[in-house]
Amino acid sequence: MPKHDTPLLDELEKGPWPSFVTDLKRQAEKKPECFDILGQLELSYKDKITHWKHGGIVGVFGYGGGIVGRYSDVPDRFPGVAHFHTVRLNQPSSMFYNSAKLRDICNLWEKYGSGMTNMHGSTGDLVLLGTTTPNLEPLFYDLTHDLNQDLGGSGSNLRTPSCCLGRARCEWGCFDTQDLCHTLTMHYQDEIHRPAFPYKFKFKFSGCPNDCVAAIARSDFAVIGTWRDDIRIDQAAVKGYISGEFAANAGAHSGKDWGKFDIKAEVLDLCPTGCMWMEGDTLKIDNSECTRCMHCLNVMPRALRPGLQQGATICVGAKAPILDGAQFATMTVPFVEVKKNEDGEFAEIVEVIEKIWDWWMEVGKNRERVGETIQRIGLPTFLKVMEITPAPQHIKEPRSNPYVFWQEDEVEGGWERDVVEFRKRNAQ
Amino acid sequence: MGYDPANPMADRITDIGPPHYEQFFPPVVKKNYGKWLYHEILQPGVLMHKGESGDECYTVRVGAARLISIEHIREVCDIADKHCDGYMRWTTRNNIEFMVDNKAKVQPLLDDLKSRGNKFPVGGTGASVSNCVHTQGWVHCHTPATDASGVVKAVMDELFDYFTSHKLPAQVRVALACCLNMCGAVHASDIAILGVHRKPPMIDHDAITGLCELPLAISACPLGAVKPATAKNSKGEDVKSVKVNADRCMFCGNCYTMCPAMPLADPDGDGIAILVGGKVSNSRSMPMFSKLVIPFLPNTPPRWPETVAAVKNILETYAKDARKYERVGEWAARIGWEKFFEKTGIPFTIKSIDDYRLAYDTWRTTTQFKFTSHIK
Repeated sequence: MPKHDTPLLDELEKGPWPSFVTDLKRQAEKKPECFDILGQLELSYKDKITHWKHGGIVGVFGYGGGIVGRYSDVPDRFPGVAHFHTVRLNQPSSMFYNSAKLRDICNLWEKYGSGMTNMHGSTGDLVLLGTTTPNLEPLFYDLTHDLNQDLGGSGSNLRTPSCCLGRARCEWGCFDTQDLCHTLTMHYQDEIHRPAFPYKFKFKFSGCPNDCVAAIARSDFAVIGTWRDDIRIDQAAVKGYISGEFAANAGAHSGKDWGKFDIKAEVLDLCPTGCMWMEGDTLKIDNSECTRCMHCLNVMPRALRPGLQQGATICVGAKAPILDGAQFATMTVPFVEVKKNEDGEFAEIVEVIEKIWDWWMEVGKNRERVGETIQRIGLPTFLKVMEITPAPQHIKEPRSNPYVFWQEDEVEGGWERDVVEFRKRNAQ
Repeated sequence: MGYDPANPMADRITDIGPPHYEQFFPPVVKKNYGKWLYHEILQPGVLMHKGESGDECYTVRVGAARLISIEHIREVCDIADKHCDGYMRWTTRNNIEFMVDNKAKVQPLLDDLKSRGNKFPVGGTGASVSNCVHTQGWVHCHTPATDASGVVKAVMDELFDYFTSHKLPAQVRVALACCLNMCGAVHASDIAILGVHRKPPMIDHDAITGLCELPLAISACPLGAVKPATAKNSKGEDVKSVKVNADRCMFCGNCYTMCPAMPLADPDGDGIAILVGGKVSNSRSMPMFSKLVIPFLPNTPPRWPETVAAVKNILETYAKDARKYERVGEWAARIGWEKFFEKTGIPFTIKSIDDYRLAYDTWRTTTQFKFTSHIK
């Protein structure tokens, strides 16, 4: 495969940010099909349009997901990318690696693919970009036999779950995000690899309401860490922030002079519930008013820590705009302890998941995300299905229309009435 | 042994899942798991996490392209082997993190990274523009309305100084999705760059009958603009096909996703919309959606100067005007969107007024507003 002239792409070798073009050229020295990636992309830059055909169903035997078919629409000019399928590898929870593992993956991909990857795809998979159909089975064999790795999800299935780094290197992890993510990933291998749902379904796990994996915006099933007792306060550290000994927000604002730290302006007045005040130089919190937004903990991480009664809030039904508009996940289970039972399973979480799936697989339409199903059928019905007691926490405000779907058994005397008897009392 | 094409199912292994995460933890992480006390950002891109044990974990965060080669990954491994006992991780925003257990190991690591040209920029922490997450674009996707890697490279080159510093009022999350499917989910980003189409689908009457399930193509349209129809193919034969009511089309591309015979990408029709003010975190205010402020900018490869300028203008107007801690969406909500448009100089157009489902939620139903230059 020859090198192509790429005057437009060459412009993207300039500038201080790492250049994917330079990187592709480097890889092309070993994997000449990368010259054809560059060549086809240059053509797209000239034509202002993609040169990949629509879809293409490929995979490995027994799986319905994990490989995404991709074919060039100009294969004669760029034979190196005529077939250029994507392989999704399920990443280890929170994306820690050692070099031995990554070198094995690099060697595998040098043998069977283009050498190009995404670290990582939007859902969290380690994405290998560009291989041919005949390479898929041998790649999968080596992947499972030699690397002890597996494919992730694609299509109408459980997509590869992902989590924040949580307790591995963060003081705010209110539950073990990695353990929950890994355990559920193993529990639901069948649902990840064999599509049986109306549409995609995503799990994301964040250890605190800062939500570093965007669970509330991007996942059908979002587990977000929280606590229900009192914020732990180290009053000496509070004084340290006031005196300027410690930098506010862990030093996040060091590049600009914002003046001396002002606990009233920067913490108390920015608290959304106004539940904090100073008594002399002692910080007071009315924890019963706190909504656990994280702002005060973010600003004073040495002084404030989540309470000790930790667990998670489960929110359901987030998605990007296609089709009915973007949705955030709706708060569904206010608090759950995220604990394993004696069988090593997160049974309480599993029960919630499977109640959702049982309902959605029955009533969900083709290509309808569960958030859209809830929107179409109604949150009251969903809460009934989930056997969750409705609470004011489920809503921002009560409905402003009176159109309640009363059930017959809720109304005295039921709905059966005799219009003849009615007319004896009330003439037409 | 190895794969035997004559017997593909022989000793097959399936459903083993990912390797267990714990084997990839550096010793300091493993030892202090769940026992971290607090953290500090020592300088842009360098974090220190303190354990209850007194241990310290130093993390150096570097930016990376999302599209990277195995040669680059091998170089990352070399760095990890040399400085970090072979351990490293990736963040959800495509940054790479190198961790060491001693402050004395930080500077040699930084020096090494700096010696490798522009491959490993240190930053992306605190009140910065962190790495711009994005989708595939023209390099590997079949439905994009713009490229991804190239636009992001051009934007990050221009915002580079904000990646390596802490001078913004708060963190600013920039994200790009190359079409409305938003596999990159840019609907809750401070500044979102979104590929959009503006021409209704064409219909390939030669291919549609064999290629598509027509009822699925018809029901794919959220506005009922796709109807069954008999059409003539290029041989003059009557074929079962569809027709599109162009006046109803909202250019979402969902029909093309369901039916390859309805392509809508186009060099002049496609381009970029800019949305701002989204956030994911629950900190202070609730999570917010990104809102459309610039309906269209043209695709101008290789460096998309209009898009780069638009993003920079919004970022710098915000940086000048917002209060400490205020995210872009919180700032816009406080000053009011009329002031947002006035201060940024972005022309307000009718296209920012919602007329899709749930639109009423965004209309102003109060007499409270500010008299900006928009009121003549």
